[in-house]
Parts: sequence; structure tokens; C-alpha cells
Amino acid sequence: MSFTEHKSLRDAYGATLAELGALYPDIVALDADLSGSTRTSKFAAKFPKRFFNMGVAEADMMSTAAGFAAAGKIPFASTFAVFASGRAWDQVRQSVCLSRLNVKIVASHGGISVGEDGPTHQALEDIALMRALPFMNVVVPCDAHETAAVIRAAAEHIGPMYVRTAREKFPVVLPPETKFTLGKGTLLRQGADVAVIACGYMVSQALLAAEKLAGEGIEASVVNMSTIKPLDEDMVTQMATTCGAIVTAEEHSITGGLGAAVAEVVCETEPVPVIRMGMKSPVGQSGKPEELLDFYGMNPAGVAEAVYKAIALKRRMAGGTR
Amino acid sequence: MIAALYFSKMDHSPELARHEDRDRFVLSKGHGAPALYAALAECGYFDREALFTLRRMNSILSGHPYSPSTPGVEVCTGSLGQGLSIANGLALANRLDGKKGRVYVMLGDGETQEGQVWEAAMSSAHYKLDTVVALLDNNGLQIDGRVAEIMGIEPIRGKWEAFGWAVREIDGHDMGAILAALDWADAPDGKPKLIWAHTVKGKGVSFMENKVGYHGLPPTAEELERAVAELSAS
Ligand SMILES: Cc1ncc(C[n+]2csc(CCOP(=O)(O)OP(=O)(O)O)c2C)c(N)n1
Ligand SMILES: [Mg+2]
Repeated sequence: MSFTEHKSLRDAYGATLAELGALYPDIVALDADLSGSTRTSKFAAKFPKRFFNMGVAEADMMSTAAGFAAAGKIPFASTFAVFASGRAWDQVRQSVCLSRLNVKIVASHGGISVGEDGPTHQALEDIALMRALPFMNVVVPCDAHETAAVIRAAAEHIGPMYVRTAREKFPVVLPPETKFTLGKGTLLRQGADVAVIACGYMVSQALLAAEKLAGEGIEASVVNMSTIKPLDEDMVTQMATTCGAIVTAEEHSITGGLGAAVAEVVCETEPVPVIRMGMKSPVGQSGKPEELLDFYGMNPAGVAEAVYKAIALKRRMAGGTR
Repeated sequence: MIAALYFSKMDHSPELARHEDRDRFVLSKGHGAPALYAALAECGYFDREALFTLRRMNSILSGHPYSPSTPGVEVCTGSLGQGLSIANGLALANRLDGKKGRVYVMLGDGETQEGQVWEAAMSSAHYKLDTVVALLDNNGLQIDGRVAEIMGIEPIRGKWEAFGWAVREIDGHDMGAILAALDWADAPDGKPKLIWAHTVKGKGVSFMENKVGYHGLPPTAEELERAVAELSAS
């Protein structure tokens, strides 16, 4: 198995938002001097009166978006994931979440695949930061097709939402007209030995790993857990029950992200080993995206290694030996 | 100033709490919530009895404005510095929809030490939001002491004018001056308006006036009696 097609998630965001602009007259877009990078520029070109560049002022942008929402608009606010989640966290907390306003934050440049820009620009904590916020929905689509579906769902859903896209093109995993339901994971592959619950870029890597593992006699389930909050707890528990071992895979710190969210559920419902794979190093470094992804183990080999650990732990627990 | 807005200037009413063309008020210095709640109760947004449940469990009146539970409160504030940005968003949305409503926002002087206030001040002027009116409660005090000593914010007029705002300086306790300034702020001249109001914190209560320590300190029963007596006499 290999993925022949690669597509950009941020392109999908830009194109979908521009398309939705015609269907939803209340959509407005805001950006903080990164509209070319986040692709809100597509919307801006089509609906110049409904696009607001706030300059390099992310805090102002988030509270302004809240003001738009308080007046009945559907604001989409975009910048890089580090700034959207970190620089403006208090604004997102109070102006948006506590006020329960219908603001969509679509942040590009998530994860280590940001590449050359280095540690200051690689968002490895955004999922944790956004997941901790009250009433916030957090979505990490796995490919361009899912991104388009997520953005459509975001326009339709009432309430705050954080969506993470990426700088790099990601392998196309899902069909073009793929559906997205907030809060629902999707089982992409079924196997009884271990379940790999992944989001974002790591979904494609998990599928590649599962194929390699099948050749070694290990049957892995693979779940695309694009919604991190609200988490599909039934799916997580079902995976724990049927597979007895879980690996989580995300292009994010192993602290506070998808892995943590899954572990929180598993240990309270169906305790089985959970191996969190993701960024173990506290920071990244500059480099080519593909070099960095390999160096930090964000590849099929990295997933497979985590699977071996999870299965070893499962055996040890079953045998009661140490 | 809140009385001037709610009882005279603003087009609003609890029956039409969500009416589209209404004027809006954002209390950016959210810790001033009791004054806002009193005005909202007086206007009939909720029962006056609710005022006596302020800050208590199960009350609709939180220590700082919490829009999901209080009728008439537009957004949550309390973490300082966010209100002017929100006001800009409301004003931009009104402009898109051709709605008439103006947006009033009250800032503390200490609050203007927050960087976001200046990001927002820049945005208001950039987008020529002449329907945004900021009222600066310039009482010269913040929590740890005098604004001038903690982190000076002068020159106030020079800063705001340099940011593209029209500024009018008033005595914030002179009702005539407040109402005149609010009318002045109606000018559709493409400029956001700052009403720079000189105020005395604790005005009218001799032992509280201009005292740093009374920022968030409720009066004792005896102090309350004296305060009410002084205020009733004035
Ligand atoms: C972001 C933030 N930092 C700190 C505080 C704590 N705080 C509450 S009021 C206040 C002083 C505000 O002074 P000023 O704006 O002058 O208000 P006023 O004098 O009108 O009470 C501070 C620091 C806060 N509410 N929000
Ligand atoms: Mg003050």
C-alpha cells in the first residue's frame, strides 16, 4: 500500500470557505497577516467586504471575532496554530468560549511538519490548549477531503470550534465526498490485536503501519479520530474491549493531546494498555518536514514500534507476569 | 456614565433585548459589574431582588459579567483588555448589515495598560468605526496603587489621537457633560470616539474617595450605613 495522491489541507480550507461564503451570507473571515498562508485569501478575493485583516494582532482578532458572533455573524478566524492557540488563549477562553459564541478558529501550520520555521513555529501543544477550554470543539482532519467536510460542518454547527490544518500536503486517505460527523471516530481498518487511534497526518501513517504489521501476523484496527473533543468515547471503549491494547498517534506532544484524551477514557471504562505515540521531545527543530517527521518517528515504523510495545504490555498483563 | 447610557442615551429595552438595531454596551472593565447590574435591573432586564444575590451561588449575577446567565449582558468580561476588540466586532457586523446600533464600551484607566487595548484602538481607527464610543473611567487608581506610579498611561489625549481617535475630555461626575459628550460622539465623521472622563473612585463617600484599598473591598455594616447616609444627603 502507498498513497499516490497528496493534497493540501489549507488549500481545501480556503476553497471550501470561499464556496461556503456564497451559501452563508453571515460568514465573515478574519486573519492576522497570514491570509496567504492560511488560505483565507481565497475568501478575501471573493468576498472582500466580508474579510477583515486584523494585522499582527491575534488577541484583538479573537475578541473581534467574538463581537462578530455576538451580532449573529459566523466568523472564521485564522492564523498559525501556535498563535491561534497560544498567543490568544485567554481571548479564546473568555471572549469566545465562556461567552459561548459561534466562532470558528481554523489554524494552519499545526505540528512538526511546519518544518524549516523551527521550534517557535511548530505547534505541538495546540490540541492540549484548546481541548482544555470549556465548550470548545477540537477537530484535526486527516486529509484535504476530510478538511472540506469539517469546514462545512463547522459552518453548520453552532458553537466554538478549533480546526487544525497543516502547511504540508498530506496523503489523501478518504474519498472526495467524504462525510464528517462531529464527535464520531471512523474505523478505517479492522483487526483484533491492537487498535491504533490516530488523528491528522498520523492516520495515513497508521494505515501504512497496519499493512506492514499484517505481514508480520499482527492485525491492527485503525481509527480516524478527527474529533478530539467531544471525544467518541463509545468508539474508544469499543476498541479497548475488542483489541485489548491501544496505540494513539498524533503529530503533537504526547502530553495533553489525543493520547491523553484516549487514556483518560480508557482508564475509567475499560483499562487496557495505551501507548501514546507523538512528539516525545519537548521541542522540535528546523529541517525539511519529511526529515523531521522521520527523525521524530512520525512514520509507519514509529507506529509499529508503539504497537509492539502495546502488544507486549497486553501479553504481560494477560499472563500476570512481570 | 452607565446611568446616562442606560436611562437616556442608548436605544435598548428588555422586551426587545435581541432587537437588531439596538445600541450595545460592553463593560470591558468587568469588575464594575455591580453598576451594570443595577442599571439592568432598573431597566427591567431582571428582577431587582436578584441584586441581593450578587456573587452568591446559583445567582444570575456573577462577580464579573457572565453573559450566559445574565439577561442584557452581551459578552463575558473580567479578564481585562478584551472589550474594545469585541465592540469593534459588533460595530463591523452592524455596518455589514446596515444596522444603526452604536457600541459603547467602558475602559478602566489601569486597563489601558493591556496591550490588546491598543491593538483594538488601532483596529477601530483603521476600520473607521465612528459607531464605537469608548468611555475611559480615568480615576487614577488601579489595584496596587496610583496608575501614574504603577505604569503611567499619559499622555492620554496624545496617545488616543495618535491612534486616530477623536477625544473629548469631561468631568465624569457631571451628568450634563456626560450627556453632551455622548451626543458629540454621534458624529458620523469616520473616527472612533473616546470620552475621557475624569472620575473619583468612591465618589460621594468621604472615607472611600480616592482610596486605593477600596478597589474590591465591600463596606462593613457600619461603613455601609455612613456611606448610604452621605450619598442620600448629596
Ligand atoms: C487580564 C487581567 N489582569 C488582572 C486583572 C485583575 N484586576 C482586576 S481590576 C484591576 C485593576 C484595574 O484598574 P482600572 O482599569 O483602573 O479599574 P478601576 O480603577 O476602574 O477599578 C486588575 C489588575 C484582571 N481582571 N484581568
Ligand atoms: Mg482606575
